Amino acid sequence: MAELTYLQAISDGLRTEMRRDKRVFLIGEDVGVYGGAFKVSLGFQEEFGPWRVIDAPLAETAIIGACTGASMMGLRPVAEMQFADFISCAWDQLVTVAAKQRWRAGTPVPIVVRLPSGGGFSGGPFHSQNPESSFAHIPGLKCVCPATPEDAKGLLISAIEDPNPVLFFEHKHLYRRIKGEVPEERYTVPIGKARTHRIGKDISVITWGAMVFTAEEAAQQLENDGVSVEVLDLRSVMPWDKAAVLDSVRKTSKALVLHEDTRTGGFGAEIAATIAEEAFEDLDAPVKRIAAPDTPVPFSPPLEKAFIPQVDDVVAGLRDLAGY
Amino acid sequence: MATETAVDVVMPQMGVSVSEGTITRWLKREGEQVEADEPLLEISTDKVDTEVPSPASGTLVQILVQEGETVDVGTKLGQIGGAAGAPAPAAPEPEPEPASVAPSEPEPAPAPAAQAPAPAADVSGGNGKFVSPVVARIAAEHNIDPNAVPGTGRGGRVTKQDILAFVEQGPPPVAPPAAPAPPATVPSAPSSEAPAPRPAPANAPSAPQPQPGEQVEPVSAMRRGIAEHMRRSLDTAAHVTSAIEVDFSKIVAARAALKKEFQSAYGVNPTYLAFVARAAVETLKDYPYVNAEMRGDSIVTRNYVNLGIAVELADGKGLIVPVIRNAEGLNLLGIARGIADLAARARDKKLLPDDVQGGTFTITNPGGYGTFHGTPVINQPQSAILGTYALVKRPWVITDESGNDAIAIKPIMNVTLTYDHRLVDGAYAGRFLRDLRERLESWDGTE
Repeated sequence: MAELTYLQAISDGLRTEMRRDKRVFLIGEDVGVYGGAFKVSLGFQEEFGPWRVIDAPLAETAIIGACTGASMMGLRPVAEMQFADFISCAWDQLVTVAAKQRWRAGTPVPIVVRLPSGGGFSGGPFHSQNPESSFAHIPGLKCVCPATPEDAKGLLISAIEDPNPVLFFEHKHLYRRIKGEVPEERYTVPIGKARTHRIGKDISVITWGAMVFTAEEAAQQLENDGVSVEVLDLRSVMPWDKAAVLDSVRKTSKALVLHEDTRTGGFGAEIAATIAEEAFEDLDAPVKRIAAPDTPVPFSPPLEKAFIPQVDDVVAGLRDLAGY
Repeated sequence: MATETAVDVVMPQMGVSVSEGTITRWLKREGEQVEADEPLLEISTDKVDTEVPSPASGTLVQILVQEGETVDVGTKLGQIGGAAGAPAPAAPEPEPEPASVAPSEPEPAPAPAAQAPAPAADVSGGNGKFVSPVVARIAAEHNIDPNAVPGTGRGGRVTKQDILAFVEQGPPPVAPPAAPAPPATVPSAPSSEAPAPRPAPANAPSAPQPQPGEQVEPVSAMRRGIAEHMRRSLDTAAHVTSAIEVDFSKIVAARAALKKEFQSAYGVNPTYLAFVARAAVETLKDYPYVNAEMRGDSIVTRNYVNLGIAVELADGKGLIVPVIRNAEGLNLLGIARGIADLAARARDKKLLPDDVQGGTFTITNPGGYGTFHGTPVINQPQSAILGTYALVKRPWVITDESGNDAIAIKPIMNVTLTYDHRLVDGAYAGRFLRDLRERLESWDGTE
C-alpha cells in the first residue's frame, strides 16, 4: 500500500475509474489544462484527452445540466465544482432535475459532483462553507463526506458506481494535511456506512469530515481525565448510518454531535433528534451539539478560529458531558 | 521604519490549500540590511514559486531555515532587527507528518460558544433527584429505587455508571438508609402505596434456588474436564479458522472401489474421515508448525504425527479424543482400522489412559448430522485442529481443457483448519489447506 495524501487518494480513485470505465468523464472549471484549482486532475487531460477531461465555462448550471443529460444517455459524469460554495448556482439543475428524474420518469441519473468544501484557511464566506445539510435534505441526492485518504478513494469509486446523483464533499483542509495508507487496487467503501475512528465507552462523538481529527485530538485529551471517548466517523450523511450511531449511543449513553457546518438546521440536528427519538431510554445526559455559529464564514483568521469548532471547544463539551 | 524590535519572517500561506513551502533561495545574508517590501527570499510550494517580501526594514539578524528545507506554513524562517540570536526560539520543527493525525492548531482560540449551562439538576428538593432516562430504565428493570443509589454526577445525580455499579455490587454496606419498618399503625395501607420493601438486588452469593420447571443435575467429572479444557484452550490460543471446499469426486470413486475389499478382507469401513486423515497426515510433513506446540518459550515440532480423533460418547455424555500413534507410518487401511478401533473402544469405555495422551494434531468430524461448517476448539497444547463436515452434492463450476465453464454436480466437503495464530499464520494455514485439498482432489486410488 502506498501512503497518499487525501488529495492524491481522490485523484487515484478518479483515475482508477476513468481507466476502468470509458463512460466516466470529468467536467468542471479549469479541470483540464490547469489540472483543477487544487490539482486533483493534474495530468488527466494528457492521459484521457480533452473529450473526457472537459474545461467548462464558468457556469455551474451548465455543468450540472450537461452531466444530467449525459448520464441519462448512459455516461458516468463526474463534475467538479471549483468550490463547494458554487453549487448554489446549479441548485435548480441538481435539485429539481437530477434529484427527481428517477422518481418522475424512472431514469437513473448516475452523476457525481465533487465539492471541495470546508474552511480553516481564511477563505472567507464564498470559499469555506460545508453545505452538506442543504442537500441531505433533498430526497434523491446522496451526500458523502470522507475524512481519510482510504475512504476518499473508496467512497469516490462507490459514488461513481452509484445509480443516483452523489455529492462528494472533499474537505480542502484535509487535502494535503492528511496522509494515510491507501490500497493501490480498486476497492469501494459503502455509502451509508459509518466507521469507528476510535473506540470508547463513556461518550460518543458523532462527526464527519475534518472534524473527525478535531474530535480525535479532543478524545486524546479526555483520555488523561480517565474518560474514554468513542469517535464515530459518519462518512456519509445521506444515507447516514443510523444503526451505528444508535449502537454507539446505547453503549455510552452520552452523545456529542460535532460538525463544521453552522448549527441551526445543520445535519447534526437530524442526528440529535433521531437519538432522542430512538435511544431516549438509553440516554444519561442531554444530546450535545457543537457546530459553527449561525453566521457566514469570516475571513479574519482569529474570527475564523472562533467560528470553526476547535479542539478546545470539543474538549470543553466532552468535559461537560463527562461531569454531567 | 527601521526597527529595533525583532520582526519575524514566517512561511506565508500561498494558497487556500497549501500547507507547506520550500525555501529555494535567500536573497539576503545574515547581517545584511533589507528594506520593507524588498524581496527577501524565494519559496516554492506545490502551487506556486514566489518571492517573499521583507516584512520590515532592518538587519536580517538570523536565518532559521536554510535553503532546500520544507516547512509548514507559519513557521518562523528568520528575524529582522532586534538582538541576534537572543531568544533563538523554536528551532524549525521536524515535520510532523504521522499518518492521519490531525494538524495541531498551535494556539486554539478560547472556546467561543457559551458553555451549556449546568443542567438544572438541583431539582433535588425533597427526595427526588433528576433521573436520566437510562437510569430510570435500569432502575425499573432491576426494581431499584434510584434515590437509594449514591450519585456521583452533577448535583449528586445518579449516573448510569452509578446505578450499574449498584446493580453489580448491591447496595453499599453502610446502612441502607432507614429501612422503613412500616409503622404498625398503618396496616391497612393499600399495598401499592406502602413503601415498597427494596427487593434484594442480584447480589445473592449462594446459587439461586431452582425455579419451577428447571431440572438440576450435578456436573459429571467428564463434563467438568471438558469445560475446563475448552475454557483453557480459548484462554491460551489465538483461535482462527480457515475453511476450504474440497471436490470429493475422486475420493467417492476410490471409496466405492475399495469398500467391498476392505469390508470383506479386513472388516474395516474406509470412511471419508479415514481418507481425510490419511491426506492430512501426509500434508503435515510439509507443515511442521501445524503439527507443533508452543512449550514455554520454545516451539516444538515433530517428525511424527500422533493423530487425535474426536469421538462423541453415547447419549451426548461427552467427548473424548483418543490418539492414533505414529499415524505417519500408516496407509489408508491402517488409519481406517485405527479410527474404527478407537471409536469402538471409546464407546465401550475400554480406552486406556495412554490412548488419550500425546496427541500432536486432532481431527474432529461434526458433519455427521449435516453441518457444513464450524469453528472447533483446539485440543491443547496442540496448534491446530482439522474439522470435516457434511459431504453434499453441489452445483459446481468446472472448466474444461478449452477454458469453457460449465456447471456440474459434485460432491463437496467443507474442511476447516482452526489454528493457533500465535504459532501459525493465515497464509501458512491457507497453504496447508490448499495442499490438503490438492491431495484429496487428486487421490489416485493406490493409497
